[in-house]
Parts: sequence; structure tokens; C-alpha cells
Amino acid sequence: MVARRESESAPKRNRTTSERKSARELVITRTFDAPARLVFEAWTTPELFKQWWVPKSSGATLLFCEQDVRVGGSYRLELAHPKAATPMAFFGRYLEVVPKARLVWTNEESDVGAVTTVTFEEKDGKTLLVMRELYPSKQALDIAIEGMDEAMPETFEQLDEFLVARGAGDERA
Amino acid sequence: MSLPTIRRRITARRGGYSRFEVIETLANPYGVLGTIPLPAVTAHVTLNQMAQYAQAHFDASFAALSDPVRRGVLERLMRADASVTALAERFHMTLTGMRKHIGVLEQAELVTTEKVGRVRSCKLGPRRLEEEAAWIENYRQLWAARFDALDTVVEELKRKEKRDGRKKRE
Repeated sequence: MVARRESESAPKRNRTTSERKSARELVITRTFDAPARLVFEAWTTPELFKQWWVPKSSGATLLFCEQDVRVGGSYRLELAHPKAATPMAFFGRYLEVVPKARLVWTNEESDVGAVTTVTFEEKDGKTLLVMRELYPSKQALDIAIEGMDEAMPETFEQLDEFLVARGAGDERA
Repeated sequence: MSLPTIRRRITARRGGYSRFEVIETLANPYGVLGTIPLPAVTAHVTLNQMAQYAQAHFDASFAALSDPVRRGVLERLMRADASVTALAERFHMTLTGMRKHIGVLEQAELVTTEKVGRVRSCKLGPRRLEEEAAWIENYRQLWAARFDALDTVVEELKRKEKRDGRKKRE
């Protein structure tokens, strides 16, 4: 296994891919050179999760992290960011929990939040991680990818209102 | 690297001038966009930011997107390319009327057209596609950074397991 020896001598990071699979689905993939149980453990143990979920380059800080990883259990994350006046909370529930294999959770801080499914597939000691984010509608994903579609008309309606309001102000002045 | 993704956006507030402010949205680590209001700014500053923002970003697309038919055309083209004739039929318009709309969208680089034989085919323009591609790339980078950090944690677990395994055998 020449390839493996090479990757051991030079710790090259595996590639992360992202793709809009369909009108309402985003898919991210990444391979880890470790068995699925370890990747799953790092994902579902709060002390470990805290070490990677908010990378330094983000400028954000994880203030609070709670995970009750079982079907129906909830999670809650609170992040601080220099740009944000107040911490941001992200929360939801686990819909499916299959140790070492599969996690499904909701994102409930938004009315149009996605349902996220992460699968851990082990092969030859490596783990292929596939993360799917399924939005309730095409519109919801388009809003996430801001500036697209329905999100735009709404923004422009607001711009219209703004221009009208400014016009009215000018007349008063 | 920009992470989380920060984008400016306009939102409305109630009551006269102060109902407009510029807010920034932050990409939710779980993928959805969370919204964070900026610290309070005076109405004057807000209006200036608004005006600049409108100027810089919206000039071309503003006219293009202010019309419901043109928004419909964009949405239709997000699903698949279409001929001007097909679009005219779909939106119950004359060919001339639809050509005018397509012209406006072309000028804003939201749509491009190509004549194949006798049919003029329309598809999403570079700006529209680039916007989506840029967002997805940004999103990929967010996850790449996160997964690189996860890699480090997992490698540490692997080493720990090896050490513990050796200890057990000893």
C-alpha cells in the first residue's frame, strides 16, 4: 500500500466536496483515515465536538454546547462572533441515531431549517462521511443561498419601500 | 478564509426611517443562515449605508428583478434552459414582449441567449450561476476547515487508542 505510506509521511488533508444535489439538497463529503467509530465518537462527545466544530479561522467562539445524542434528544449550541451583538443559538433534535453509522437531526432555529443526515461508511479502515442537508423546499435552500430567487423579490420590495420613504423624507426637508 | 460567511442584507423595521437597517447574516454552522442584528446605528448612517449598498450592488439587477415576469423567467431557467417562444407561451405574452424582458435580463447578466438554428435559447447568465457557485464554494470551505479540525481530533483518538492498546498487552 504505497499510497497509504505516502499519506502517512506527508499528512495531507483529504478533500472536502460540496454540491447542490437537487433543488432542495446540499451534499458534503469527506474521507477520514480512521475507523467510523472514532469519527462518530468525535462527533457525539461534547468535549471532543467542542474541539473541532468552530475552527479558529472562523473568528467565532463556542460558548455553550450540549448534545443529548439519542433519538428525540436535543442539542444546543451558542456561538459568539465579533460581528454579532449577541450570541447566536443553534438547536434542534436528533431524529435518528445509529452508533458508528448514522445521525439525523433537525435545525430548528429557523422556520425553514434543513434536516441534516450524516452517514459514516467504513471501508478498509477509512471512513467516508456524507452529510446531506435537505431543505423543506427549493425556496428555503434558495434563501439560504442568499440573493437567489424568492429571496430577491422580497429584498427588492424592501428597497422599494426604502426609496419611497426616502423620497417622502426629501419632500419634507 | 471567510468563515462564517458574512453577507450584508437589507431588512425592514417598523416605523418611518428607522424601519430600515443593514444587518449581517452569518452562516449557521449547521448550514442554515442565522441572522444577527448589528449594534444600533443612527438612522442617518443606516440610510447612507443603504444608499451605497443599493448603488453598488443593485443598479443593474434592480430593474431586472423588479418585474414579476422576469423573476418568473429566472425561476423557470433555474430548472432548465428554454426558448424565447416557450417562455412567451408559458407567461402568456407576445414574442416581442418576452424579447424585451429577456433583453433586460441579459443586460443585467442574469440571462444569456444563444441562437441555435431558428430558435433562440435562454439560460441563466454568468452572474446568477457564479453567485450560486461562489456560495457553494464558500460553504465547502467552511466545512473543509471544520473537517480538518475534526481530522486532528480523530488522529489524536487513534493515537490514544494505540497507546492504550499497547498498555493492555504489556
